[in-house]
Amino acid sequence: MALIRNGALARDSFKNAAGRSELPDHGAVLVGLDQWREHRDPLLRRGERIGLLLLSDQHPEAIAADVHYFDLIALEFPGFRDGRAYSYARLLRERFKFTGELRAVGDVLLEQLHYMHRVGFNSFDLDSRQPLEEWKTAAGEFSVWYQPTADGRATATELRHWRNNQLRASAI
Amino acid sequence: MQQMVIANALRDGLVVFLTANGRWVNAIADGAVASDTDRAQRLADIALEAEQRCQVIGPELIEIELKDGLRQPVHIREAIRANGPIVRGHPGESGEGHGT
Amino acid sequence: MYRYDEFDQDLVNERVEQFRRQVARRLNGELNEDQFKPLRLMNGLYLQLHAYMLRINVPYGCLSSRQLRTLAHIARVYDKGFGHFTTRQNLQFNWVKLEDIPDVLAALAEVEMHCIQSSGNCIRNITSDQYAGRAKDELEDPRVFCEIIRQWYTLHPEFAYLPRKFKIAVTGSPNDRAAVQVHDIGLRMHLNSSGEPGFEVIVGGGQGRTPHIGKTIRDWLPEEHLLSYLEAILRVYNLYGRRDNIYKARIKILVNHLGIKEFRRQVAEEWEYIKDGALHIPDEEFARINAYFAPPAYERLDDLGQELNGLRETTDEFDAWMQSNVAEHKVAGYAIVNLSLKGPDRPPGDLTADQMDAVADLADRYSFGELRVNHRQNLVFVDVKQSELKELWGKLKALGLATANIGYASDMICCPGLDYCALANARSIPIAEQITERFEDLKHLHAIGDLTINISGCVNACGHHHVGNIGILGVDKKGEEYYQFTLGGSSNQNASLGDRTGPGFSADDAAGAVETIVNTYLNVRHNGEPFLDTYRRVGMAPFKEALYGTD
Repeated sequence: MALIRNGALARDSFKNAAGRSELPDHGAVLVGLDQWREHRDPLLRRGERIGLLLLSDQHPEAIAADVHYFDLIALEFPGFRDGRAYSYARLLRERFKFTGELRAVGDVLLEQLHYMHRVGFNSFDLDSRQPLEEWKTAAGEFSVWYQPTADGRATATELRHWRNNQLRASAI
Repeated sequence: MQQMVIANALRDGLVVFLTANGRWVNAIADGAVASDTDRAQRLADIALEAEQRCQVIGPELIEIELKDGLRQPVHIREAIRANGPIVRGHPGESGEGHGT
Repeated sequence: MYRYDEFDQDLVNERVEQFRRQVARRLNGELNEDQFKPLRLMNGLYLQLHAYMLRINVPYGCLSSRQLRTLAHIARVYDKGFGHFTTRQNLQFNWVKLEDIPDVLAALAEVEMHCIQSSGNCIRNITSDQYAGRAKDELEDPRVFCEIIRQWYTLHPEFAYLPRKFKIAVTGSPNDRAAVQVHDIGLRMHLNSSGEPGFEVIVGGGQGRTPHIGKTIRDWLPEEHLLSYLEAILRVYNLYGRRDNIYKARIKILVNHLGIKEFRRQVAEEWEYIKDGALHIPDEEFARINAYFAPPAYERLDDLGQELNGLRETTDEFDAWMQSNVAEHKVAGYAIVNLSLKGPDRPPGDLTADQMDAVADLADRYSFGELRVNHRQNLVFVDVKQSELKELWGKLKALGLATANIGYASDMICCPGLDYCALANARSIPIAEQITERFEDLKHLHAIGDLTINISGCVNACGHHHVGNIGILGVDKKGEEYYQFTLGGSSNQNASLGDRTGPGFSADDAAGAVETIVNTYLNVRHNGEPFLDTYRRVGMAPFKEALYGTD
């Protein structure tokens, strides 16, 4: 497995404790939703960075008020066909205003990186031999977007109207 | 019971049959026939390996019988698959039929 | 019609190159079939019984002569010289090689066509009224909304991996020619009490193994909110549609499970967050898209009343064709002409490469170079001068495309069935052939009048059998093909699902059963009463008796 974060190879500094009974003594830690609910106060008292893993049937609404506590939220793709996390990602970014690292984990196919990137993921747990090369190809496959999403890229519609206004302005 | 392995070739999608030496051919007459379960299993194993090597897609054992001296799949679905569509006056159907 | 600008063109070109890489990855073994399948499906590529099948989008059924010529070229070079029009107003090729697909897609991209999302668990090609922009009964041209929706769903990143496929249809007319009530979402334009146009939004319709007539989720939606409301519905579906069982994954199951009231509430709650956001459609966008659909340069003409009647009297065949295949146009002096792809010598919906070229030439000569595909698998010229109808009829007749049967018994919807389809249980095309033979006599066909016969080769219902006045469903009964019948289905504005008649019929008896049903109808109908009305009046009993006897 390799981690791509913001378009570069990265080291995963979070210890994965999701589903484990013991938390590591120190260091950044990734926990599951149940653990967060149960150990919220001790986790916060540790003063270390906290990552949260949400499974594909765990709606992020459950932690909407808590997002500012997390440096990382990892959304699980149990199979590449399960597309719920695409919606979760948008909700986290656009509605719950999560600004930290949003990571796609599980069955993450190269062919899906483009979509994932667009809905707000900025890091990817890739099973790949040449993760950086392949990430670059996959992320650069398209230069045109019709849908407004949280990635902030200008849509074709916006660019058209912007261009038309420019033309109009230059005509005057 | 007589069985053969049928599949679709990866590159062109056309129907193919497995031969005794592990090749894939378009004509049912050229494919290997297994008349017992051991042989059928051996064919199926070869086919599975060919699928993993991305030569063919969806290989499966089918039951065949002799009709007027010619091999025919027993089930209508596989018979149509082996013989091509039975469509009157279908444009483009002449000359390029396969599996016969 | 809509034309690509550089943005649309870049996206389609980039998609071709993306799929070229994906095909290469498949051919060299980096992707296995399980991983490749969803990718190829999202580019319209199936593996059928005999070969790969490529499904090409015809957006809301609109096609130019230039595009049709490219399709003819592809049919000749990469296929076996013919294509098949489908109930999603698309075109399918049956014999394309995987290694050729990237080149085929590149050829399509040159004429602003593609296969993006023509299959897969995503939003499929949007369908509409084949008479859009020309129909007399229309409130507004639905193509404008179709195009806006098309751009919104194309490569929508959130909705590429839905629980199941998703189909949207739009009509701008009260008379529904687009079957909107049997779609995942149907949009039906109507005026509110202040006379403003907007959409009734219908959700959860569908066919397949559990057919449903859609339910109205919103009586009237302002046009400017169309996209945000669609996004809200899709988001609720993406999050809560079932993913554990493919047969229960369509939105109709979710809507039924929650009940329309609760589903409506959830959508409304979601919509509240996004309705005034970035998906709001500004007036200038409507204006921009509208300009593409400006009417062609019509001549100022009068309707040919008497003169046309005179022409009709000279030839019975022409008269019959005028009766069934020609529809009223909103502009004086013009007419809408349906080209029947249901002749005696071809499977329903098929067209050869030579016919495609010839039809393209006729479209240029008689109908401003454009044509339409309808969901009953026929073609339409929407702008024909009435004064040229007779001449055009002669040319279509020579091509075998003037069978006077539009809307009548031999104008069947028919899926490819077991002759091609990997999912089918029984053949459909031979049944259609036999029915065609029984109704070859034009006088008889016309005396029967409006009658839709829809044939599917399996429960997936690609042949729309649930909503045929007579529906025929092929099943596999211990290795033999059997055909179950339903009566009283309809996909028009008063949509209904057909009722089962009883036990099925063998392939040899199916066409005879259709004839028995038709004869029963002729015996009990009131003067001028169409089949559907008669069935709704008299019910199943007389048909059942005629089919199975009394015991």
